[in-house]
Amino acid sequence: MNGQDIGDAGQQLRQLAPQVLGAIIRRFRDFADAEDAVQEALIAAANQWPREGVPENPRAWLIQVASRRLTDHIRSETARRRRKTAAALEFGETVVPEVENTTGRDDTLILLFMCCHSALSSASAIALTLRAVGGLTTVEIARAFLVPESTMAQRISRAKQTVKASGAPFRLPTSEEWTPRLRAVLHVLYLIFNEGYTSSEGGDLQRPELSREAMRLTRALHELQPHDPEAGGLLALMLLTDARRTARTGEHGELIPLTRQDRTQWDRDAIAEGVALLTGALSRGAVGPYQLQAAIAAVHDEAARAEDTDWPQILALYDLLARMSENPMVALNQAIAAAMVHGPAAGLAGLDALEKEGRLAGHHRLFAARAHLLELGGDRESAIANYRAAADRTASLPERNYLLTQAARLRDGG
Amino acid sequence: MKYILMMNCPKNGYESFGSWPQKDLRAHIGFMMNLNKELKAAGLLVTAEGLASPTEAKVVRAGQDGAPVTDGVFPESKEFLAGYWIVDVESAEQAYQVAARASAAPGQGGAPMNMPIEVRQVMSGPPQDLL
Repeated sequence: MNGQDIGDAGQQLRQLAPQVLGAIIRRFRDFADAEDAVQEALIAAANQWPREGVPENPRAWLIQVASRRLTDHIRSETARRRRKTAAALEFGETVVPEVENTTGRDDTLILLFMCCHSALSSASAIALTLRAVGGLTTVEIARAFLVPESTMAQRISRAKQTVKASGAPFRLPTSEEWTPRLRAVLHVLYLIFNEGYTSSEGGDLQRPELSREAMRLTRALHELQPHDPEAGGLLALMLLTDARRTARTGEHGELIPLTRQDRTQWDRDAIAEGVALLTGALSRGAVGPYQLQAAIAAVHDEAARAEDTDWPQILALYDLLARMSENPMVALNQAIAAAMVHGPAAGLAGLDALEKEGRLAGHHRLFAARAHLLELGGDRESAIANYRAAADRTASLPERNYLLTQAARLRDGG
Repeated sequence: MKYILMMNCPKNGYESFGSWPQKDLRAHIGFMMNLNKELKAAGLLVTAEGLASPTEAKVVRAGQDGAPVTDGVFPESKEFLAGYWIVDVESAEQAYQVAARASAAPGQGGAPMNMPIEVRQVMSGPPQDLL
């Protein structure tokens, strides 16, 4: 993943990855080994196809190569253990597998559910999803997260063992399991998007390739589950947020807040698509947190100037969201919206209440939000102190630079 | 989230390290190598390095013409970075766990050294959209 377009062959490979993996798991039953074999087949295709052309039936080609790899693996394992099992012989004779007539649609879904298994940490679920469903190589994932390839390989390998040990059958969740399992999938996709949109690894503000990958997977999920309002809501949220990507950083990679962004740089097509998706999702009843967050993003996106922002509507949406979510960040944003509607004092009171509850005590965003509201209220000295307190506590370099610059601007009387 | 775990030691720590009995030295080195192996296998290790003795260390500043001006004299009392790990973990608590393990490396006589390990977050966290 080098941030450039991966080309048609690359796109095709990634789309086929979960379908091929599904077919191999059905054939050989072992998720961990099947996943390794598919990874090898994808790497072989990435090397071979650009030189020799894409085969007539790419899916069958990948299934065949992966099956061979897995058969070889089983053979050598068997030889190593010096006991030939009937199973290995049976697999060993299968050179060309028949291609099932399924499109792999369900397999992509099943794999998403497997990779976002509740027994996995988020970091492990993210890595496994990108590899097994996204079709990314370990090298690409390691590079995206700035860790050594061997570390990422171990993380993925352990994640697969965890999934295997959980004994999860290769099938879709039952209707009782469906909602919480889908929520876990949406959460992992959201984390991948956020990692790409907001990461500051290595000092870069964004790693758009991860966001793009998250959007691709969420789009695939939405296409498979077009009637799920939250899948549509999450895709809308991603589109409406990503639309502001280029306006969000300055020429030196510095963070530009929403109020100061050049809104002519916002991607109008992405906004239009996001709004259409959101409208569709909202019409299906059951309003969920992703739809509400998308709705808030849409209100921002639809304001031609920062001062045109419909804050009463944003506040109403945060009030709804706060009823559904325990996340203190929602309460924090609710307080900011209250300040924009009712004045800084109302927002500061909300922040004080939040601090008393202790849920965000010492968090840099509490100080940053307070600094912003104090500045709005004209209390320059306190605003400076809070910007600096926030700068001391953030773990993001671009954000620290931004907060320090805010403090300096106020000190200079700007 | 990534954390750096910094193991500091006084200058004489380096010197006394060289006079440990072979058995203790081996146990210490084996412990550290094993720790790194385990961190790698757990998918947590980003990097780990040990640093050469401060005897040869230099402090460098740019001179008038930008050329390096080196200074090799250190005050005796100063602590030196002996080595560090960068780990990619789920929480600060997990980083503290790793640090505590490193801290308990066996010293002279085989007892845990309980070295102080400075743990600090690497600035790789996500910035939020601020107003």
